[in-house]
Amino acid sequence: MFLKYLARRLLYVIPMLFITTLIVFSFILLIPGDPVLALLGENATPEKIAQVRRDLGLDQPIITQYFDWLKNALQGDLGRSIFTGQYVHDAVFGRLAVTFQLVFVAMIISVVGGMFFAITSIYFPNSWMDYVARFFGTMGSAIPNFWLAMLLVLFFSLKLGWVPATGFTSINDNPIDFFKGILLPAISLGAVGTAQITRHLRSSLMEVMSADYVRTAYSKGVKRWRAIFNHGLQNAMLPVVTTIGILFGNLLGATVVIETVFAIPGMGQLAVNSILQRDFTMLQGVVLVMIVMVIIINFITDIMYAILDPRIEY
Amino acid sequence: MSEKEEPLLEVKDLETFIPTSKGEIKPVNGVSFSINKGEIVALVGESGSGKSVSSLSIMGLNASAIQYSKDSSIAFKGKDLLKLKEKEMRKIRGNEVAMIFQDPMFSLNPVHPIGRQIAESIVLHKKVKYKEALVTALDLLNKVGIPDAKRRLNDYPHQLSGGMRQRVMIAMALACDPQLIIADEPTTALDVTIQAQILNLLRKLQQESGIAILLITHDLGVVAETADRVLVMYCGKIVEEGTVEDIFENPLHPYTRGLLASVPALYGPSKEKLDTIPGVVPNPLELPKGCNFVTRCSYATEKCSQNAPTLLEHPAGNMVACWNALEEEGGIGHYETAASSIT
Repeated sequence: MFLKYLARRLLYVIPMLFITTLIVFSFILLIPGDPVLALLGENATPEKIAQVRRDLGLDQPIITQYFDWLKNALQGDLGRSIFTGQYVHDAVFGRLAVTFQLVFVAMIISVVGGMFFAITSIYFPNSWMDYVARFFGTMGSAIPNFWLAMLLVLFFSLKLGWVPATGFTSINDNPIDFFKGILLPAISLGAVGTAQITRHLRSSLMEVMSADYVRTAYSKGVKRWRAIFNHGLQNAMLPVVTTIGILFGNLLGATVVIETVFAIPGMGQLAVNSILQRDFTMLQGVVLVMIVMVIIINFITDIMYAILDPRIEY
Repeated sequence: MSEKEEPLLEVKDLETFIPTSKGEIKPVNGVSFSINKGEIVALVGESGSGKSVSSLSIMGLNASAIQYSKDSSIAFKGKDLLKLKEKEMRKIRGNEVAMIFQDPMFSLNPVHPIGRQIAESIVLHKKVKYKEALVTALDLLNKVGIPDAKRRLNDYPHQLSGGMRQRVMIAMALACDPQLIIADEPTTALDVTIQAQILNLLRKLQQESGIAILLITHDLGVVAETADRVLVMYCGKIVEEGTVEDIFENPLHPYTRGLLASVPALYGPSKEKLDTIPGVVPNPLELPKGCNFVTRCSYATEKCSQNAPTLLEHPAGNMVACWNALEEEGGIGHYETAASSIT
């Protein structure tokens, strides 16, 4: 039953991938600025330009270009950077690991922080803890992440000197340096997530805690914390799972800013550089991988639902 | 009434109030009653009459906005539940006093298997391992008549029918062998055929294990089938109290008569139109000065609108709070009622 459900969910993924890649592919070609001119410089002869255009396949209709690209992409060949000649595949996957570590830590901060604030706020209603939680719930969303990033750098790196201001160490190389380096970027990235989850889970918990089955739990003699953790939380998390799924996509997109601020060599930075250089093959690769990641997360979200809520039909 | 033995539960002068910006609301306004061991007492009234607040007061589960007056007391086996600390109260909830709620669809946790929900209170109160509690849960499911109970143990509430869910609620209430079960509209959300099954089950359990039941309902059919004694509530007060026979055969309070008259008759000549009680329940912020029922009562006199009657014993055996019934002895009792056709 569950496998059948998985298979059906997976089948939805195929048209989704197809449509999103088509859209993204077309939009990238619509970016102003000619990659060939960027490549050859202003003084290139028309013959030369036409030749390079032919070599890159840019003289073909967009649809033809898309299917050529898709055919190769399906075989694992994302082409080469039109500037450096580097395989897009290598560049993207090298940086994917970096971005993944960053987003993963930011997600942990969002989920753990959000749950902590929401639960304390529900457990101590109208206490200072509640007000702090509500304050974070609003501020986290209101502060732009790059500004928060700069404030954090100013204070913790430049003033206190506790953590480096920029750079990245992989967790495989040195876990301690990894945590020092990832802390500020992950907080800057995850602040908005913490705020969203706090607000959403808090209101969801508030609703659930006044549900009849929580009253039933109290009538059995359970304590408040047990009513919250054992009866409230699992029910309250159901709508929040959607938030967490969407949040992942948002954070992945926000790495573009955060990786630039902290000089982290990840996908976001690669995306920015590719756009600036009109390196459309590289950009297509970056965006494709990001889309696939978001789709995978949505897929996992769907499965999480089925696990958390027994009422979902497989 | 067996007054010799100390009652299991004795509610005395229970008065609750909710302060609002427009004044105080008293959902329960001076209610006293008692329940003896092994007795089924029905608390009858319309929505908003204070019956649910009364029952939740016993469990200590009213919303925090609801406050109790100083003189209120709810003695359970001699202990005043209103004065207990939350920690001590938790030891009573689900253990000595258990509750069955109205809608089993919403009263069971949708994401936990039913076995786990039953076992929870056993683990809480009986200091046994979860596995042993599950064995007890299985016995309970068999006891309340759930077929194929062993397989059902891991089912979720949505996989059961309404009647089965209410049986699970009952099994949950029975989990720690309580002495008192409060059943708040236990059959309201169920089909008529299932209602009878659930009532029979409650009756059977009461006879087998001597559990006292406080049955809260607005359905007089349920009362007639199940209860030993009846309390009729109106606007936060008990207006009539008596054995089920007395109440059905010789209702004294005009409100009780009205309730009985508004039940459609199954036998005898059918009425053209069903009798209803004229008017509406008064706004709790603007209760009449005298008897709360005065605005809807066709027998109301000047005295009724000036002084509130108290619950006193009538020679017929019922306790009643009505000037007419009490003073003109036999007076009000003589007029023809449509109610006599339903019993």
